[in-house]
Amino acid sequence: MSDTIPWNGTALAEEVERRSGTPVSACFQCHKCSTGCPIGADMDLLPSQILRLVHLGAEAEVLQSQAIWLCASCEACTTRCPMEIDLAAVMDALRMLAIERKVAVPDGHGKQFNHSFLSSVRHHGRVFEVGMLAAYKLRTGDLFSDVDKVPQMLAKGKLSLLPHRSSSVKQVRELFRRAQEEEGKS
Amino acid sequence: MKYAFFPGCSLESTAWDFNRSTRAVFAALGIELEDIPGWVCCGSTPAHASNASLSIALPVFNLQRAQELRSPVLAACASCYARLRTANYQVRNDPKQRQLAERITAEPYDGNVIVYHVLDALVNHLGLDAIRAAVRRPLTGLRVACYYGCLLTRPPEVVAFDDAEHPMAMDHLLAALGAEPVDWPYKTECCGASLSMTKSRVVSRLSHRLVDMARQAGAQCIAVACPLCQVNLDLRQADARKAHGELPETPALYITQLLGLALGLRSKELGLDALSVSAEALFASLSTSTAAVTGGNR
Repeated sequence: MSDTIPWNGTALAEEVERRSGTPVSACFQCHKCSTGCPIGADMDLLPSQILRLVHLGAEAEVLQSQAIWLCASCEACTTRCPMEIDLAAVMDALRMLAIERKVAVPDGHGKQFNHSFLSSVRHHGRVFEVGMLAAYKLRTGDLFSDVDKVPQMLAKGKLSLLPHRSSSVKQVRELFRRAQEEEGKS
Repeated sequence: MKYAFFPGCSLESTAWDFNRSTRAVFAALGIELEDIPGWVCCGSTPAHASNASLSIALPVFNLQRAQELRSPVLAACASCYARLRTANYQVRNDPKQRQLAERITAEPYDGNVIVYHVLDALVNHLGLDAIRAAVRRPLTGLRVACYYGCLLTRPPEVVAFDDAEHPMAMDHLLAALGAEPVDWPYKTECCGASLSMTKSRVVSRLSHRLVDMARQAGAQCIAVACPLCQVNLDLRQADARKAHGELPETPALYITQLLGLALGLRSKELGLDALSVSAEALFASLSTSTAAVTGGNR
């Protein structure tokens, strides 16, 4: 980050403002978001740096960052921002933009988790954890993490081997179909 | 008194103990819970992080189903609670969002089904006086760190039942049960929530920090009101210890489990055997009046 980053116009900032519905350009770099971020220590870019880079139109730097996938959506930043910028919504907007623009995501775990989770909801109306985790592990190739937890979780009845299907499964599929259409419009 | 109950997906698996203990304490307090017919997942973080239309449509669909029961909605999971409240907030404040939700669900919705969290319902509706009157076995001598986590109090314009930075509802509840809530600074610090699956090393660090601070503040256990907080503090406590150093075994119990114990319910009725870090030794070490509490487990 020592290189000078040129200003690339307002297109990125405008796009993020439109999607997140929050005044990204109002940020004056007080760093309150970064100071209180519980994940900050693990991020390659802090939340305030992300906002600055959005102002500069530094699309590649922002969309290829790990930070947007590390955000836990805990909303501490959103709650504390003196300019009332909803930073958690900005992170959501950036994640969606990264996928739409087919950016090479540095670590696909977040993206694959979201995908596996929502597929499970589409199929059963609810999350079927065992099925969802199996799909996630196959997609990421990360087969062995947390396998040590399985016997304990089974013993404690914390993993159910069969899905709990919602009686609204048909309607849920319709919801997914129409939501996808709406996303295509914007 | 009756609520339209939204259990949420976690309560059917990893948080079955939250499910059982919530139903048990509400029954013991004479409050009826009726499950929302045909409820579906709220979409949680994966929906709001990847599909904005879906993230409003799924909660609205549930709120429309709840309308049929003509009672306020009760949510147990903090994430479900936040998603349902957020959808209401969006529908009420942004006509475009309302139209979007109505187009996708093909049904009208005005955003006016009231949504409460279990903690809010207990402290602010039923009230602490009624709870105090129902306590059979006070949790005397139990020092508890009340952990609210992130989404129970944030963002304040959406959830709004307690202070976002220094909430007290859970502290008041535990005090009413006879326990001693400790003063500690990490009440609303995030545990990493759903990063539990994708970035477990981040969660280990955060869990270690939380348990360590609770202990430094003098707590013997942690009270939680969210399935994700519970898993990260309980199931992942051993990982946290391995990665970041020794910590005393610190049980993380749901508020409904602690309340149930104080109401005199048996540990089986509260799913206490689901804890990875057992609370048995802790309750056995309490004064004789509360030591009887674990009796149901033996």
